[in-house]
Amino acid sequence: MVYTKRSDGRKMDEIRPIRAQVGIVPNADGSALFATGNTIAIATVYGPKELHPANKRKPDRAMIRCEYNMLPFSVSERAKPGQNRRSKEIGMITENALSAVVDLRRFPQSVIDVQILIIQADAGTRCAGINAAAMALAHAGIVMKEMIASVSIGKIDDKIVTDLTKEEEDWSEGEGATDIPFSLTSNTKECVHLQLDGRISTKKFKEVIDAAIKSCDKIFEIQKRALKGEIIDENKKDKK
Amino acid sequence: MELSNINRKRIITLLKEGNRLDGRKPFENREIFIETDISNKAEGSARVRLGKTEVIVGVKLQTQEPYPDHKDEGTLIVGMEINSSAGDRYEPGPPQIDAIEIARVVDRGIRESKYIDLKKLCIKDGEIVWSVMIDIYGINDDGNLLDASFIGALSALKVTKIPVYIEEEGIKYDKTSEKYLPLTKNESLMMTFYKVGDNLLLDPNREEEDISNARLTLAISKSGKDKIIHSMQKGEIESISIKDLNKIIEEAENVYDKLSLELNKLITR
Repeated sequence: MVYTKRSDGRKMDEIRPIRAQVGIVPNADGSALFATGNTIAIATVYGPKELHPANKRKPDRAMIRCEYNMLPFSVSERAKPGQNRRSKEIGMITENALSAVVDLRRFPQSVIDVQILIIQADAGTRCAGINAAAMALAHAGIVMKEMIASVSIGKIDDKIVTDLTKEEEDWSEGEGATDIPFSLTSNTKECVHLQLDGRISTKKFKEVIDAAIKSCDKIFEIQKRALKGEIIDENKKDKK
Repeated sequence: MELSNINRKRIITLLKEGNRLDGRKPFENREIFIETDISNKAEGSARVRLGKTEVIVGVKLQTQEPYPDHKDEGTLIVGMEINSSAGDRYEPGPPQIDAIEIARVVDRGIRESKYIDLKKLCIKDGEIVWSVMIDIYGINDDGNLLDASFIGALSALKVTKIPVYIEEEGIKYDKTSEKYLPLTKNESLMMTFYKVGDNLLLDPNREEEDISNARLTLAISKSGKDKIIHSMQKGEIESISIKDLNKIIEEAENVYDKLSLELNKLITR
């Protein structure tokens, strides 16, 4: 069976309806919600603040410390609370992606704490987390060289598809599904995060880059609007 | 431990002209040394040196109940520890994030290429399957533990034998087995490109790795004329331009051909 039509009726290069809002956690210095379809992430930022223990401080720059949490009820079968190898790795790749755009040298010796909570998961959670975290950093007023946006590009059978759902990720016919989470900077379009699982020829990979740039451009626009205070819910717009 | 600015500048300047302090070209790896069957209790084992970087890898096989969503398939687990013997930057204790990342990247490189034929590791459908456990130990870190770990895992898997299993009695580790682990032709190879200054290089030594702030790992296999990417992982805190990304993918195809020739000569059953 060839993959010609997506089960939710989206075009191959279409991202799911987005929800985006900042300021959702009042205590935090910055906070944001970012949802794509049924995947919902909340991110909070505290800092820059003093880093303890002191021996972990970087004399010339701040460090970003990011924790990714998939809440136990966010998936079908309850996930064990707390950190595992997967969540530690996702925390680290998010830290790396954010560190590429935050002006860390402005806050030597300090730490910026980023918490990501996935409250509902339907694939693409690390990308939603990165999108929310980038918005939360900007909302906290932390100086950033550029914004970043993240999207999961996939290959189902031999088709390049944007923003896979869990159902699509589990596709096993033909060449199966390949998952390629990709994060880019807003102005210079540089890659700050890239992972891949599955199989894709080196030739076909060029299409992945184009699809990622296209979707990230859309996400940047939404992030920008949300940061100006707008509450974005593309689901509502569709219903009208 | 911090690298002096003089060395940093020399490495970056040399690399602009396509040279390195140790005389290598940017995409030339250090000499690879592989010794297999280094621990006779393991079902498969290897010791790999990449220049002065060294890892020891052991494969153990045990039986277990299959996962509910893969009832007729064996399982794969990859663990990594960088022992505090590996250098004075490492401290005793549980695996840190750098070791966790290596384990997970190596795992995906092997798993996604379907190099181990997990279906053939099913003993009884839905009841009992073989579990392949790969444990990687970093013994000496002189840069690029990532690629060394993958070569180590690959070498150990190639010499892994399935222990004798008797129904109702279980595994007989003391009996000699002649049955090799079922491997497919989808052998993937892993390579990590490091950005140093504005240039790219492969297989950095410790000094080169220390001044690099961006890397990209790829696991690649060959299918006819095509090269297939099975896993990728961007690491560290600097960005990589789309231009460099395309260059890496292009270069990775050549590196695959070279590395696969070299490794085939070195790993023998």
